[in-house]
Amino acid sequence: MNAHDTFIARHSFIELTARERARALLDPGTFRELIGPFDRLESPWLAMQNVVCQADDGAVIARGTLGGEAAVVAAIEPAFQGGSIGEVSGTKIAAALELALREFEAGRSIRPVVLFETGGVRLQEANLGLAVIAEIHAAIVALQRYVPVVGVIGGMVGCFGGMSLAAALCNRLVMTRQARLGMNGPEVIEEEAGVEELDSRDRRLIWSMIGGEQRVAVGLADTLVEDDTDQVRDAVLAAFAAGVNKSNRTEQVDAQLERLGRIDPAAIDPVVLRSLWQGNA
Amino acid sequence: MENLRYHYPATRPVLHRAHVGVVGSGDLEILLSPSETQRAEVVIRTSVDGYEHVWKSVLDRFFSRYDGAARLELNDFGATPGVVMLRLAEAVEASEGDAP
Repeated sequence: MNAHDTFIARHSFIELTARERARALLDPGTFRELIGPFDRLESPWLAMQNVVCQADDGAVIARGTLGGEAAVVAAIEPAFQGGSIGEVSGTKIAAALELALREFEAGRSIRPVVLFETGGVRLQEANLGLAVIAEIHAAIVALQRYVPVVGVIGGMVGCFGGMSLAAALCNRLVMTRQARLGMNGPEVIEEEAGVEELDSRDRRLIWSMIGGEQRVAVGLADTLVEDDTDQVRDAVLAAFAAGVNKSNRTEQVDAQLERLGRIDPAAIDPVVLRSLWQGNA
Repeated sequence: MENLRYHYPATRPVLHRAHVGVVGSGDLEILLSPSETQRAEVVIRTSVDGYEHVWKSVLDRFFSRYDGAARLELNDFGATPGVVMLRLAEAVEASEGDAP
């Protein structure tokens, strides 16, 4: 296939809605949504702040099978409020992971996947959102004894704030080239530290620091994929096939401190970081 | 944010519910479900105030062709009338497997 045909044959993952992403990831015909839009579990806080609600609060929870095994997918809708995590959307994700944990405790098995696409906590819901993000963190850590928790950062929103920690806690993290992963978004850094520190409009610079390619190159994410639904699905299936990690990134405290020790803050840029870290997380 | 409510006559029951769209910039979400009454009811929450006359025109046109006793809930984030019409048609298609 030439470059043109290859491109045409691709089915964009990024262009899908959260519901379409979950459906595309699961085995064909097995998608079954839990607490869907007709359950009308929407944010109780947005309307009183004059913000229109979405009936699923921007989180889609789906059961089905993945590679023939039982699976649960939590997908965040990028178009609704920047994928921000509110009390309801966050609780849906945390509850999905906690129910997965109960499956293992009952002697059954299930494959948990989180499709990230979020600026972090929903500012209108403040501490309530932060509290459920902590619950999501705790659920991922509790699950990883039994099964890899697999995260996918699609793009173009990326994954920031407290949810970047959730992505980092995932045992396998898949990113597209378009996806970004960071604690603070570039706009926030520019706002706080000034444009001399970071020009958030400089896309080449931003992606060279926090884009999918760089994050995989320095070992903070595991698999880089093109914006193609089949590639995302293959990467997720491969992540589960590899089984539970002997040691997770977040448990390698000494190794991470040693990595940080190699860095000279006065002389660091994306290229230098790559040569220093070379993916050996 | 503005809440609007409309009623239209209907001649046949609606059997299946449908959900389309997202509450994203320039778009809207529609929940179509069987109405508990003999007529169609439309409940709108929109982020843009002061366009009641435009909503009325769009819905008048839509219901000149659609006669289902549906309850339509629209959560709007600044969709243009064209987008609203497309989403309405999509919701009907999803609930009936056929365009109106």
